[in-house]
Amino acid sequence: MDLAIQISLTVNGVAVSRRVEPRQSLVDFLRYGLELTGSHVGCEHGVCGACTVRVDGAIARGCLMLAVQCDGCRVETIEGVAGTGEVFDLQQAFAQENALQCGFCTPGMLLTAQDLLARKPAASAQEIREALSGNYCRCTGYHAIVEAVRKTAEARGRA
Amino acid sequence: MKPVPFAYHRPASLDEALALMERYGADGRVLAGGQSLVPALNMRLAAPAALIDINRLPGLDGISLEPEGLVIGALARHEAVEASPLVARHAPLIAQAMPHVGHRAIRTRGTVGGTVALADPAAELPACLVALDAIVRVTGRGSRRDIPVQRFFRGIYTTDLAPGEIVTAVVALPIGPGWRSRFTELARRHGDYALVGLAAHCRVEGGVIREARLAFCGVGATPVRASRAEATLSGRRPDADVVAEAGRALDADLDPPGDVHASPALRRHLARVLLARAVAQIVT
Repeated sequence: MDLAIQISLTVNGVAVSRRVEPRQSLVDFLRYGLELTGSHVGCEHGVCGACTVRVDGAIARGCLMLAVQCDGCRVETIEGVAGTGEVFDLQQAFAQENALQCGFCTPGMLLTAQDLLARKPAASAQEIREALSGNYCRCTGYHAIVEAVRKTAEARGRA
Repeated sequence: MKPVPFAYHRPASLDEALALMERYGADGRVLAGGQSLVPALNMRLAAPAALIDINRLPGLDGISLEPEGLVIGALARHEAVEASPLVARHAPLIAQAMPHVGHRAIRTRGTVGGTVALADPAAELPACLVALDAIVRVTGRGSRRDIPVQRFFRGIYTTDLAPGEIVTAVVALPIGPGWRSRFTELARRHGDYALVGLAAHCRVEGGVIREARLAFCGVGATPVRASRAEATLSGRRPDADVVAEAGRALDADLDPPGDVHASPALRRHLARVLLARAVAQIVT
């Protein structure tokens, strides 16, 4: 039984049309269908945040949306957001603060942090911790991650 | 894990959605925000033959002040409820609860209708609706019901929804003069399920609590009204002795479960802590 459905969407600004199985998650579609492997698959039940992407401008769990649901949507991944330079300063701060060790959580951390700073440019360390509480770092490098985000907020405030 | 294969439908109208629900019966599941259903699919705790995606049904995501009260559409997402000036003004209890619901990347997708229909006993919004004596509005084929929320939540993940019915809105009376609200909860980490949560809604007159409505989440199969603690507080100035007395009354109101996260005794203790905090914030 062929259940596949044709969808059209934009991913990182590029128009894409594909046939997808309804059961395929957005993050699996990005990784296997489009070979955008920056969004990571961790827990597959919305807890770890490694699959965080933006759908129509809002951060969402790539493992908790189906690709078919994104028909007509605008999806952005770490490849797109890094490619435009939008998070360049955050990336630099992560490197300087040693805020990534294995790097598995980093794409989700960057997208979540960028979402926070867009809404609360002067976020406190406490607000940063709360905003990142849905993103797991199994190297447990949280302190450095919070510092990197805080320093980016400060630097953007001065700019 | 990956879900078992299923068919996917995206109805364009409520009638079409209801017809699909009738066609599939128990083999179909309604997909709203999907923040609880999709994990269940991924873990194969749910294996429906078809998903009926209602996300694009028109007119179900509104938040408006109507003659019957503040109407929050079933497809209003937690993020939109959190940001709504109407909710902040007319149902501040709900506005206060929203930041506690999961994480932002969950709140951008999760919906009011989905939360209500799921009836997770640890969820924040159902407790708020119970404290506010709200109404759950449901629609079936050729029928529409307004269900008082106390009757709607019947047990763990169990509601008054009949097969073929769908939640379309919740309706809460706008907050009245003298009423003050406080939602507070304790979780081991921000965004986790609350060990205990409290939706407190009280009418205060010159420092005296005239009426108290206390609904706890995470302590039973449904949101639990603490009627003895409410009676203890009502008509009194909540000084330390009165609050302590209300806290002791909670022991008879609540019979919390124990699990890996917290024992029943710890949950009872935390419920008293939350009650004291909420009352202090309400009367100051």
